[in-house]
Amino acid sequence: MSTPLLQVRDLHKFYGDRLGCGDVNFDLYPGEVLGIVGESGSGKSTLLNCLAGHLAPERGQVLFDTRDQGLVDTLTMSEPRRRLLARTDWAFVHQHARDGLRMNVSAGGNVGERLMAVGDRHYGNIRAQAIDWLDRVEITADRVDDRPSAFSGGMQQRLQIARNLVTGPRLVFMDEPTGGLDVSVQARLLDLLRGLVREMGLSAIIVTHDLAVVRLLADRLMVMKSGHVVESGLTDQVLDDPQHAYTQLLVSSVLQV
Amino acid sequence: MTQSGQYNFAYLDEQTKRMIRRALLKGLAIPGYQVPFASREMPMPYGWGTGGVQVTAACLVPEDCLKVIDQGADDTTNAVSIRKFFQRTAGVDVTEQTTASTVIQTRHRIPETPLREGQILVYQVPIPEPLRFIEPRETETRKMHALAEYGLMHVKLYEDIARHGAISTAYAYPVSVEGRYVMDPSPIPKFDNPKMEMAGIQLFGAGREQRIYALPPYTRVVSLDFEDYPFDPMRAEHPCDMCGAEDTYLDEVIIDDAGGRMFVCSDTDHCTARRAAGHRGRLAATEDAA
Ligand SMILES: Nc1ncnc2c1ncn2[C@@H]1O[C@H](COP(=O)(O)OP(=O)(O)O)[C@@H](O)[C@H]1O
Ligand SMILES: [Mg+2]
Ligand SMILES: [Zn+2]
Repeated sequence: MSTPLLQVRDLHKFYGDRLGCGDVNFDLYPGEVLGIVGESGSGKSTLLNCLAGHLAPERGQVLFDTRDQGLVDTLTMSEPRRRLLARTDWAFVHQHARDGLRMNVSAGGNVGERLMAVGDRHYGNIRAQAIDWLDRVEITADRVDDRPSAFSGGMQQRLQIARNLVTGPRLVFMDEPTGGLDVSVQARLLDLLRGLVREMGLSAIIVTHDLAVVRLLADRLMVMKSGHVVESGLTDQVLDDPQHAYTQLLVSSVLQV
Repeated sequence: MTQSGQYNFAYLDEQTKRMIRRALLKGLAIPGYQVPFASREMPMPYGWGTGGVQVTAACLVPEDCLKVIDQGADDTTNAVSIRKFFQRTAGVDVTEQTTASTVIQTRHRIPETPLREGQILVYQVPIPEPLRFIEPRETETRKMHALAEYGLMHVKLYEDIARHGAISTAYAYPVSVEGRYVMDPSPIPKFDNPKMEMAGIQLFGAGREQRIYALPPYTRVVSLDFEDYPFDPMRAEHPCDMCGAEDTYLDEVIIDDAGGRMFVCSDTDHCTARRAAGHRGRLAATEDAA
């Protein structure tokens, strides 16, 4: 077995007295897609933001297999180092595209930003890569100079994905990537994501309350309730043969999630 | 108050000048870094260069000879009133000659005559933050400077090329200082950017924004660009119509109702000195006759 890309140990995050998430332990292997499901308020986003370095947990470790030093706890590493990881090895796809895009910068500039952040200083090369990535997320080259505000919700989300994947990150965090989109737009985005995940062999952690999303994308699942992981396993296993009573409710759609 | 019961020397009280000098020294120690300072109310509106005026006030000594320029000219309202202000409050000598001056306060230009060691150039700065255009959050831009995360500066230049086919930024063109801080050179034309590697001391004051920054002599100052769109200082393809100079920054001036125009050095002192030395441009004769 290869080294895990990410090892999470005993992670706890509190908001004052209130538990955001607690006792979280798991490993993520290279090329694996992990789904995190659970009803609203169960701690999914809190967990994801702790993993991605956006929130500081009170306790625990988030060990990431860095290129130069192997497993390093990202919670205790220096901020410059963590920010460098965030713009090279990691990617974060926000639920609301406007949180993940620069609305006053063209689509090409949005995709090119990460390339420039890691030192690309050749305009022609940056632009060519931007156009290539727009194409991969089904945005035509003639929109490269348009601002995201001129795009539909689905296009904005696809642009956000292109902007994140252009530097070939090793780990992608996604928070409800299909949330807030029309059903037909969701289906197209899911299709696209599935293609990219397979083609690039992406390692990803996807938070969603939509079981259809994880059915399609995730190899493994963690089910969260009140900040805790109540069940985890292979996606098909968990969805077809749920063991925990809460998961059974979730799967039978009795719970309005 | 001095014994004369008028103003303290150069208007500001000694404690304020000390505070500004500390900020200036810090700025010189960390070239290109924006040092916060407690900007004072000055007896002139903000757009008039109160930041530059406070820096000049903190630098002046009685032996100084002050030159003030606005867009290269010594005789605009702004330049005249700042010069008068220091004549009145500091009693220093003033001049229009770059070579005769020890301190020069400027808006929008660097003199054509290279500064020598010991001279001080004080810039009036409206917006000190080069990243603001694209990242309005102050907490974030501060972090970007601290960690030298400057990719965004190139996003701005990328947008320029995408929209205009070339880097269209012509003023306040961003520079990298000693390979560390990215700095806004104030709204000087990019033509002046190469002059920022100079023997003189350069001090920048932003009054409204309460920031001071500085370049010690001979600091490396590089204008940002792309490999395939290299920095181009751009100069109009004309000699000066008055003095014939082919290496100066020119203003275009309309000279009659028939759409006639002429190009003339924006640095009036430089142009005058050249003509005094016998250089003549295309229209100099008619002008001299008039
Ligand atoms: N910034 C915050 N301050 C206080 N409580 C919060 C904050 N963010 C989330 N919470 C609480 O933490 C719990 C988990 O929230 P969250 O992680 O957003 O859940 P989910 O993403 O699963 O909907 C909820 O009880 C929520 O109210
Ligand atoms: Mg959430
Ligand atoms: Zn001239």
